[in-house]
Amino acid sequence: MEPNLGFVEQVSDLSHQNVRRCYYCLRCTAGCPAAYAMEITPAQILKMVQLGQKGTLLRSSAIWLCIGCETCGTRCPNEIHAGAVIDALRQIAIAEKVPAGEKTVLKLHEAFLDSIRLWGRMHELTMLMQYKLTSLDLLSDLDMGLDMFVKGKIHPLPERIRGMGEIKRLFKAKD
Amino acid sequence: MGKQYAFYPGCTLHTTGVEFGVSTELVCQALGLEMVEIPDWNCCGASSAHSMDHTLFLALPARNLAKAQQVGLDDLAIPCAACYSRLAAADVALREDGAFRAQMEDVLGFGYEGRVRPRSLLDVFANDLTKQVLRAEVVNPLKGLKAVSYYGCLLIRPPKYTGRWDDPEHPQSMDAMVELMGGEAVPWSYGVDCCGGSLTLNRSDVVVHLVDKLVEGAREAGAEAMVTACPMCMANVDGRQKYRGGSPIPRKPKPQYETMPIFYFTELMALAYGLPFQKVLGKHLVDPRPLLGRLGLA
Repeated sequence: MEPNLGFVEQVSDLSHQNVRRCYYCLRCTAGCPAAYAMEITPAQILKMVQLGQKGTLLRSSAIWLCIGCETCGTRCPNEIHAGAVIDALRQIAIAEKVPAGEKTVLKLHEAFLDSIRLWGRMHELTMLMQYKLTSLDLLSDLDMGLDMFVKGKIHPLPERIRGMGEIKRLFKAKD
Repeated sequence: MGKQYAFYPGCTLHTTGVEFGVSTELVCQALGLEMVEIPDWNCCGASSAHSMDHTLFLALPARNLAKAQQVGLDDLAIPCAACYSRLAAADVALREDGAFRAQMEDVLGFGYEGRVRPRSLLDVFANDLTKQVLRAEVVNPLKGLKAVSYYGCLLIRPPKYTGRWDDPEHPQSMDAMVELMGGEAVPWSYGVDCCGGSLTLNRSDVVVHLVDKLVEGAREAGAEAMVTACPMCMANVDGRQKYRGGSPIPRKPKPQYETMPIFYFTELMALAYGLPFQKVLGKHLVDPRPLLGRLGLA
C-alpha cells in the first residue's frame, strides 16, 4: 500500500502527540481493554500512522472501539496517548467523510453532541431516541431503559441552560 | 459553618446517577461541607466531544471553569469521575496552551485566573478531611460488608490531568474510605480496569465481556459488593452484569445469576452515617437491599 508520508505529521499535530516516538514496546496494546475486539491494536495503529497507512486506518473498526480509558497514555514510556491519536484519526475520518467502521458508535457521539447543542446538557431520553432512530438499532436495551425510566432515572423532559449563545460559539470555535 | 466548595454536579447526578446525587448531598451536609453549585453549568462533553473534535473536548468543560470562577471559591468539587477528568483536562489546557486560553477568553468573555482547582469529590473527602472527622459521623458501621474498590479509568488517569492525588496504577483512597466506614476493603486485581464506557449502547458485547471480568474478579477476591465513584461504571456494572455476552440483540439474561451489588462510595458513607437514604437504594438495577438486610445494615 502506498504510504502517505505526511500522515504522521498531520496526526501528530492534530492529536498533540509525538507519534514518531513510539518504539513499539506494546504496553498500550497489553493494557487496552478493547484490543481483543480490534482488528488493528493500539500499538499497530501507532506503527501504521508512522508508516502512513492512512486509508486502512481511517476505514478500520478499531479506531471507533477505543473507550478512552487512558490506560495506554498512562503507561506509555514515551508519553504518547494512543487514545488521543485515535481521536485524531476519528476526526480525520469524519472530515474526509470516510464511512465509520463502527457506524453506531459515530451515531451515538453525534446524538450526544446534538443534545448538548440543543440543551447545553445531555438529556438521556431525547438523546437515546435520536440515537435509536439514526442507528436503526431499535430493539436493544428496551428492558433496561424501561427499568431506568420507571425508577425515575431518565427524566421525560429536558431543561435548557441559559447560556446557549456561549454553547453555540463553542461549537463554532471547533477546528 | 464548614468549608465551602464550588460544585459541578454534571448531567447524571440527578438522573441515571441519582443515588450518587442524593447521597453526596446528605454526606456533605453531615460533614458540614457547603457545596455551591456553579451557575448555569453545561455538559462536560463526556465520551463524545473528544471523539469528534479536539477543541470542543476542551472548550465545553472550559466554560464550566469560567462559570466556577464566578463563584469565588478556589476548590471545585466534582463527584463524577468523567466530568472531573474533562474539567481537569480543560484546566491544564487553559494553563499551558496560550492560544487556546486566548480563544476561550474571547469566546466566553472571561479572564482565566488559574485559581479554580477542579477536584474529585473523593479527593476532597480523602485529603481535606481527617480520618477522625470522617469516622466521627459513623453511627452504623458497615460491619461484615466486604467490598472491592473499583476506581475505573478517569478518576485517577491520566496523571497529567489528575495530578496524582492517588496512585494511577494502585489507588487506595476508596479502600481507605470503605475501612473508615467500618467495612472490609477487599484487595483485588481489577481496580483500575475499564468497564467499556459509552460502548454500552452500541457494542454492548464488549461491555458485557469487560463487566463479566470485573464482577468475576470481585467474586473471586471474596467480595460481596463493589464501590465506584463513576456513574458510567455504575451504569455498566449495575446494568450489564446479568446479561449474556456475545452478539445476540436483544440481549438475554444469564440463567440463575447471582448478582453483585455496586455502590457509590458516598452511598456507603450515607449508610454508615445513618442518613435517611433507604429509598434511593431501590433505584439500583441490582438491588443491594437483600445484601444489606442479611448483614443487618439496612
